[in-house]
Amino acid sequence: MPPLSFINFVLALLVAPLLLGVINKTKAFFAGRTGQPLLQAYFDLWKLLHKGAVYSRTATWVFRAGPVVGLACVVLAAAIVPFGGSRAMIAFPCDLILLAYLFGVMRFFTVLAALDTGSSFEGMGASREVQFSALAEPALLLGLAAVARLTGSYSLSDMLPALSMSAPANSGPVVVLVAGALLVVFLVENARIPVDDPNTHLELTMIHEVMVLDHGGPDFAFILYGAALKLWVLGSLLAGVAVPVRTGNAALDCAAALGVMLCLAVLVGVVESSMARLRLLRVPRLLVGAVVLSGLAFVLLLR
Amino acid sequence: MNAYIDIILLALIVSNLLLLGFSQIRSCINAVAFQGVALGALPLLAAAGGVSVWAALLGAFTIGLKGVIFPRLLLHAYREADVRHEVEPYIGFTASTLAGFAALAVSAWLCSRLSLFGGDLSSLAAPVSFFMVFVGLFVIVSRKKAISQILGYLVMDNGMYVFGVVMLREMPLLVDLAVLMDAFAAVFVMGVAVYHINREFDHMNVDQLDRLKG
Repeated sequence: MPPLSFINFVLALLVAPLLLGVINKTKAFFAGRTGQPLLQAYFDLWKLLHKGAVYSRTATWVFRAGPVVGLACVVLAAAIVPFGGSRAMIAFPCDLILLAYLFGVMRFFTVLAALDTGSSFEGMGASREVQFSALAEPALLLGLAAVARLTGSYSLSDMLPALSMSAPANSGPVVVLVAGALLVVFLVENARIPVDDPNTHLELTMIHEVMVLDHGGPDFAFILYGAALKLWVLGSLLAGVAVPVRTGNAALDCAAALGVMLCLAVLVGVVESSMARLRLLRVPRLLVGAVVLSGLAFVLLLR
Repeated sequence: MNAYIDIILLALIVSNLLLLGFSQIRSCINAVAFQGVALGALPLLAAAGGVSVWAALLGAFTIGLKGVIFPRLLLHAYREADVRHEVEPYIGFTASTLAGFAALAVSAWLCSRLSLFGGDLSSLAAPVSFFMVFVGLFVIVSRKKAISQILGYLVMDNGMYVFGVVMLREMPLLVDLAVLMDAFAAVFVMGVAVYHINREFDHMNVDQLDRLKG
């Protein structure tokens, strides 16, 4: 295992909550507010970890397992996705499928924990989450398949570093299409605004937030941290496809990728400040659009 | 140059998919207007041996006609008709988008089977022009509002324009301009027809026109 990939992994673990801070600062800037401190997510995590948890008497072990399994899955995913042109900590052929399944397991346990509370409200959120992610997954897998075909390898650690700004001319349209699809997947999977609003707690339109309402204390800290890490993992996937900066110097590449991630967080903040949430019935149309975009990228490569 | 042409062709693909997915007529007209502006840049990029006066003229003419005048005409007809805003498709929006995807796959396959001459500028050009013709046909048969039929006709015409400009390149300017004028006349006549259909029947849904037969 090269030392740089270990450093990148630790970087992901440490810096992920900062992205939430950048997003919130951007939104505050657009609204003309000062906003919460940049490191608020770290303070929240620290506070939550020192609290006790309250469990309902009707909830079973599944409810307690949900946050732990979710966090474990996303930490493993962070070890698979390469960052800034260097290989990831864990790399083997076809690990892109494991990535999709890790997110699947994470979602499965979050949904199970939500259903385990017995609240109909949480069941509604679980149903929406499953419906939307069922549509987002083909977009992710087809997009990754297109990149795999473009670069001729099936491991994320070979695929993403192989992309570069000076790629052959015919890869341009493919990369643009895949990046568009991945951006939609990124927003959907992280429950960001065109699909779900992480800040409001308006009952009938919540998706992700509603599923974690009954968690408290360290469990909720795990969920918050897992969400931040998921934002980082999918973001680094998107950044690796859309803006592959390859200077040859590993440290420079890493710094550039970090800059791209911060820009991505600002972009998310701009999107959240400038557009409203889609109507719930229209979300599938957006997701099918993303599937079609990555399908188009795949078709363009098949010719 | 090639990369720019590819990006424009890509924008055409995406605008077609948006046309299939939009539920508001106004947004559909805007998508087609965007297509017109994107098409106008093609002759400049595809011109052999640098930008010539003729290519610039054709580009300007295309942008003016397809990007500005057609959309204005259609928006005018749409406002005059004063109808409900929805497109009213026979086939749902999600299914339409998937059909568009299938159309692109089919046209890519078709073009890989045909040995088309020319096309050294972009390997994407022939599939995209076939794709646009298919999408135009699909819009014509799958939408109820008469104004959507005009949009479908325009998209078909745009597909042929892509084929002419990028694949053939050497098409005489006079032919191009004549085709553009024909399209203009057709859209003009159809706009007037839509207006009259709407005034006579209080709606412009074409699915009830067959009741007219004696």
